[in-house]
This record gives sequence, structure tokens and C-alpha cells, in this order.
Amino acid sequence: MQHDDVIWDIIGNKQFCSYKVKTKTQNFCRNEYNITGLCNRMSCPLANSQYATIREEKGQCFLYMKVIERAAFPARMWEKVKLSKNYERALEQIDENLIYWPRFIRHKCKQRFTKITQYLIRIRKLTLKRQRKLVPLSRKVEKREKRREEKALIAAQLDNAIEKELLERLKQGTYGDIYNFPIHAFDKALEKQDEGSESEEDEVEDEEEDDEDVGHKEFVAENEIEESDLSDFEDMNNLKGSSEEEEDDDEGETSENEESEEETEAKGKSKGKTPLKGPVRKKRAYVEIEYEQETEPAQKSKAT
Amino acid sequence: QMYGTHVQADSVEEEAAFPPNFSVSEIKNKQRRHFMFMKLKQEKRKRKLELKKKRKKEREALGDKAPPKEVPKTIENQRIYDETTVNPEDEEVAFDEGTDEFSSYFNRLTNPKVLITTSDRPRGRTVRFCEQLSTAVPDSHVYYRRGLALKRVIPQCISRGFTFLIVINEDRKVPNGMVLCHLPNGPTAHFKVSSVRLRKEMKRRGKDPTEHSPEVILNNFTTRLGHSIGRMFAALFPHDPQFIGRQVATFHNQRDFIFFRFHRYIFKNEKKVGIQELGPRFTLKLRSLQKGTFDSKYGEYEWVHKRHEMDSSRRKFHL
Repeated sequence: MQHDDVIWDIIGNKQFCSYKVKTKTQNFCRNEYNITGLCNRMSCPLANSQYATIREEKGQCFLYMKVIERAAFPARMWEKVKLSKNYERALEQIDENLIYWPRFIRHKCKQRFTKITQYLIRIRKLTLKRQRKLVPLSRKVEKREKRREEKALIAAQLDNAIEKELLERLKQGTYGDIYNFPIHAFDKALEKQDEGSESEEDEVEDEEEDDEDVGHKEFVAENEIEESDLSDFEDMNNLKGSSEEEEDDDEGETSENEESEEETEAKGKSKGKTPLKGPVRKKRAYVEIEYEQETEPAQKSKAT
Repeated sequence: QMYGTHVQADSVEEEAAFPPNFSVSEIKNKQRRHFMFMKLKQEKRKRKLELKKKRKKEREALGDKAPPKEVPKTIENQRIYDETTVNPEDEEVAFDEGTDEFSSYFNRLTNPKVLITTSDRPRGRTVRFCEQLSTAVPDSHVYYRRGLALKRVIPQCISRGFTFLIVINEDRKVPNGMVLCHLPNGPTAHFKVSSVRLRKEMKRRGKDPTEHSPEVILNNFTTRLGHSIGRMFAALFPHDPQFIGRQVATFHNQRDFIFFRFHRYIFKNEKKVGIQELGPRFTLKLRSLQKGTFDSKYGEYEWVHKRHEMDSSRRKFHL
């Protein structure tokens, strides 16, 4: 026998119902035939033997009705009535079918029908507008692309390529007369001519010259020093002491050990500060070098 | 020695000489297997080092007569030759260039005018990216999208005399796609955008770019497809770069990734140039090239990136 109150006591009132979804403030009902979607005594399709809902299928709305006479036949329990597409006509149909039914169900049915028609209209409007196409990303592919991009970036050596290209353009003269460098090219051309005629004599002299320069100190002005590996030309002002280093390298081979040690020490000193670019930039004005004697241990002195 | 494992003297020591070749992977004991593997690796490394030293000695001994050093293989060296590689003197290519959609630009008939916009509801990063991009490209304007359909936007752009339309697509607050459309009826290229760095994220950057037209550098666009894309990029910028500005925009193609950089350069002397990065940087990867203007349904695609066909070989590139 169908006792609605007993059913409600069992499932509805703070006990377990598999369609019930509890939240902090509200209880919802997940049953498809529920008319309001909340879990109430009046809205529960299981606890009301006389019940009606509106449901839509592929854009068509239907009125479903359940009466107690058919409670024993679950397959035939819900009577399905197709509603007309015309809004007012459909409301009249609902009134016709639910005549003499409780006011609550009639009202809620009409409310639900209104909401459904409105969202159907919205769907139709949105499909006509542009739709965002979602393209699925494969994680593996994305990772692969990222890795390949990084490798390509390293292989590209962009800074070098750009610099090379700019120098090429300068050589080809696309910049016209803006830069006054062509003088150097002219001088170089002259030099090449001279070298060509005197190449034989130079080869003989070179070996002798190398020996002569050993132990010969030379102080070179700052401006003539090549500035290698400068990527940030704002640092141009900070070029000091590079000249000293180059002159040191030319002097005495016996002092090479000392120099390398001192260089590494200098590098070690500035490890914590800015990263080194190119030759070590010593800020010291002058470096003292002591020559190593075989009998005594090596002494290192540094100018502060 | 390790605790708890017994040393198998014979079969292990003679792994190289003994006919049934002993493989490290057959030992069941994990500790021992690991130990043997480490030993194997050390042996290999030692042998390699010895070989290297020997070769170096030989090279020094021979001095000038030594054979030239072998060039290491790189992906660029091993690249599969693409038959559509452009030969600079190719007549057919020259003819095509004379008659394609960019010919009007290259013949100085039109000046570029660029419209930059985004997809719907752009987030902060995308908006800033668009602004910075518009400073990098001269004569460009940024307009908000506000839900307009591209098909309606394009005729309006044409009527106002724009030559290029750039649409930056956004996903999850980050720009990830770019549609570059040449306007009168020109090709549409769709790129994937990655690694976007805005100006304030750049290290050691210079001041903001000025209004001077930058020079354009296009590197490594070798194939026909690459060539047409290169021309497309070139057409974005005005014909005559203003050398006073000393700005250069670079599109460098490497292994099908196009890196965009914007620098200011200064020539220190004839052999040295210093560059300082201003401007946004990003990388592009071409996804498709369409013949006409943007039309997702009925467009005719000149080239589409098909992952299974084109990504299968690591040495094959298309740009």
C-alpha cells in the first residue's frame, strides 16, 4: 500500500535518500521527476502519490503525471503529454490536464515550463552566435614542443646571429654614411697590401721578436683596448683595469703560475657579485708580481 | 666490497673475454646489479678517456699534417633536405614574388597599417602584450574586441585601410595564439605563441622603443613556405627603416620556431656591435596558412601542421 507519510518519514526527514544532496543550508533532490529540485515534503516524487512534472527532451517539452491508481505499475506510472510549442497554448494544456489538482503542483509546473522555454530560447540564440571551439591539448605533445623550443633557442644563438647580421649590413653599406667607420676598412686594405710584400721578412722576424718581448713592460692606454663580449653597452663606463690584465699576459713566462693563481683568486673574490663577462675585470690599479725561487717557498703579495 | 653479497670471481671478471657474454641486467640481486652497472660505466668512461688522450697525442704528434677536426653532427647539419628550399636565383620564385599578395607592398604601392586585437575578454597580461606589440610595430592600433565576429570586423578593417589584422588569442590569462591576416584578400597565418616576455620581465633592458621605424631581420627562412611567411613578416613594417632610431626587429627561424626579438643596437667600431633588448619577446610556431582572409569553415588551407605526419622525424623541418 502506498503511504506517503511513511515514505516521507523514512527517506525525507533527515534520513537517507539516495537522491538527496545535502549542503549547509539546503537539501536538493536529484530525482529527474522532481519539479522544484529541492528536497521537500511537497516536492518529493517518491513521497507524493499524485505528482506532475515538466521535462524537456531535445527541445520538446512534456508534461508527466503520476496518479495513485497506477502506483502498482511502475512501467505505466508516468503519463506523458506532449505540450505545444506555443507558450500560451502550452500553459492552457497544462491547466486542462491538471484541472482539480492541488494549486502547488499546477503553479510549480507552469513555473518550470517557463524556465525551460527560456533556456531553450537562449540555447538557440547562442548557437547562432560564434562558438568557442575547444581544442584539446595533449600533455605529452605540449611538453615535447616546449623542450624542442628550448633546444632551438639554445641552438639559435640569437644575439650572435643578430650581431653578425648587423655587421654584414654595415659592411655592405646599407647604412650609407651615417657611421664613419669606413676609414678602418681603408687602413686595413692598406695594411694588407704592405703585408703582402713584406710577408717573407716578417716570418723570420716574428720568432726573434717573441723572445725580445719577454720581460718587456708596456703600459697601454684604456681606449685602445678591445672590448670583447659586451652584451650590455650601458656597462661601457665600467671598463677599467682590463688593460692591466692584457699587459700582464705579455710579461715573463716564469710569472705565469703566479698570474693564473692571482686571476683565479680575483675571480673567486668577485663570485658573489656580478657575473663575470669576458676577461676578468680587476678594479686594482697595479699588480705586483714576485718571481718564484726554487729554494724558497712562493710568496704572493697583493696590492690593495 | 658490499655486505651480504658473495663475490663471484670467475664469471664476473672475464665478462669481456668469456664467450657467453655476461650481461649486467641478468643479475637478480639489485644491489649487486647496481654495483656491477656502476663498475661497467666506470670502465667505459675510462676507456673513452684513454681513447681521447690517445687521439689528442696523435694529433699533436702529427702537427700540421693531422687530419682536420671532425665537425660534430647537429640537428641543423642532419636536417633532411627539403625539396622546396628556395634558391636565391630561382626564377619561378622571383616570378611568384612579383605577383603574390605582397607584391603591392614590395612595389611600394601600399604602406602597412596594422590592427591589433584580442579574443573576447582579454586579461591583463594579454592587454599589456598587445600594447607593447603595438609600440614595436609602427603605425599599429589596438582595439578591444568586445565580442565582435571576425567576419564582420574584416570588411570594416578593409574599408578603413588597414593592411594587417593581428588577433592574439588568450587562454587562462596568457596569450597563446596569434592570427596574422593580410587584409585585402591576403593569406592568413595562424601561430601558436609561447614564451611571452613583457618589457618589465626583461633583464638589462633599455628604455622604451621610440617611434622610429625599425629595421627587420629575417633569418633562416629557407623553404617556399618559410619564404612566404618571411615576406608576411616583412610586410608588417614600413619600407624604409629609420636608421637614426637604431632599432631592429628580428624574426629568427630555428627548427620551425620563429623567435621574435626587438633590440636597439650601437656600433662601437667596425667589428663590434652592442645590442640591448627592449621590447617584448615571444616565439611563434606556425600552425596553418590559409589562402584567403580568416575563414574557419570554408577557407582554403595552403599548409596545415599535421602532427602525425610532420612531427614524426626529428630532422625534418618545414620553414
